[in-house]
Amino acid sequence: MNLFLTKTLLPAGLLALALSPVLAHDRSHLQARQMVAQAETPMGMPAATIGNIELSGAFTRATLPNAPVAGGFVSISNTGSTDDTLIAATSPVAGEVQLHEMKMEGDVMKMQELPGGIPVPAGQTVMLKPGGLHLMFMQLKQPLVEGNQVPVTLTFEKAGTVELLLDVGGAAAKAPAMHTMHGG
Amino acid sequence: MTSSTLSRVRLGLWAAVIVAALAATVAFFGGYVKPSSQVADRNIGGGTYSLVDQRGNPVDQTMLVGQPSLMFFGFTHCPIVCPTTMVEMAGWFEELGAEAGPLNAYFVTVDPARDTPEMLNDYVSWVSDRITAVTGKPEEIDKIIKAWGVVAEKVDGEGGEYDVNHTASVFLINARGEFEGTISYGETQDMAVAKIRKLLQKA
Repeated sequence: MNLFLTKTLLPAGLLALALSPVLAHDRSHLQARQMVAQAETPMGMPAATIGNIELSGAFTRATLPNAPVAGGFVSISNTGSTDDTLIAATSPVAGEVQLHEMKMEGDVMKMQELPGGIPVPAGQTVMLKPGGLHLMFMQLKQPLVEGNQVPVTLTFEKAGTVELLLDVGGAAAKAPAMHTMHGG
Repeated sequence: MTSSTLSRVRLGLWAAVIVAALAATVAFFGGYVKPSSQVADRNIGGGTYSLVDQRGNPVDQTMLVGQPSLMFFGFTHCPIVCPTTMVEMAGWFEELGAEAGPLNAYFVTVDPARDTPEMLNDYVSWVSDRITAVTGKPEEIDKIIKAWGVVAEKVDGEGGEYDVNHTASVFLINARGEFEGTISYGETQDMAVAKIRKLLQKA
């Protein structure tokens, strides 16, 4: 019996051992992805509030010369108990502002306009961020310059219309610039 | 279980150990699983085309020969991926400094109807003096797009506006003008610079 265990379980154990680097590799990948997800979580005070909708971390990016388009990003929290939808956006700096989603399909970047708006379910936060949902400024009337602010009016189906300012970050900014707190 | 069945089971298990050990070794040293969505076809590159750079000088497929190159396909009406990649590319050159010596970099428009040499000159010069913009007749741009297996699909919007869905990776090209790999959109600065160093070492 002992011999049976040794002869049969030894190869089985070795089999598990042989596979362990592959399994360990998988875990570290997962951890790395989770860390990235945490680092992207926005912080800070709401920049604007309308009804049950709180807006924070609003920013856009400096545009390169002759680029007539830019993305706008903001975190939208619905603190209420009814679903809402961001249905429109306008800005004096752009001829038109559309609601868009960017997706990577393999190596290919795909843009899609969302004519139905961006749903903001009750109790949830929807992040408009580079690489995903965003405001798309089109027909920019002038380049967006880092350090400036861009006014935007957002209309929600239920909460109504709210104005907010987007901070213009660097041309590849991934998040709003950290503000130094006034008075310390 | 008879003793002969048992030994057959043992034999099978040992065979599985050997196979698994070999597979794990290959997976481990071979860099585990290659990033899945890289450009699928390694047999890309080449082709012939007549284009112009941002100063209006004629360029063709020989622009990729003689020194290693980075090549990105984009357009100025691109809100996120193209400006991000241009700024990141400028960052790679900054980090590499003198090491980047022989490296060329190209921004090839997938929207030649709107991107003139003058517009592109302002656009790329703003981020770096190391990046050359390339445009030309749409049919010639088509040739370079096809040669490099690039996706560039026009998506019509309202009022004559349009987007172009396009391949967002940066191609790494050796001094013989051959495809060596890609830097994916959103890859870290460290990863990108490491890949470029490897490309430069091969030169």
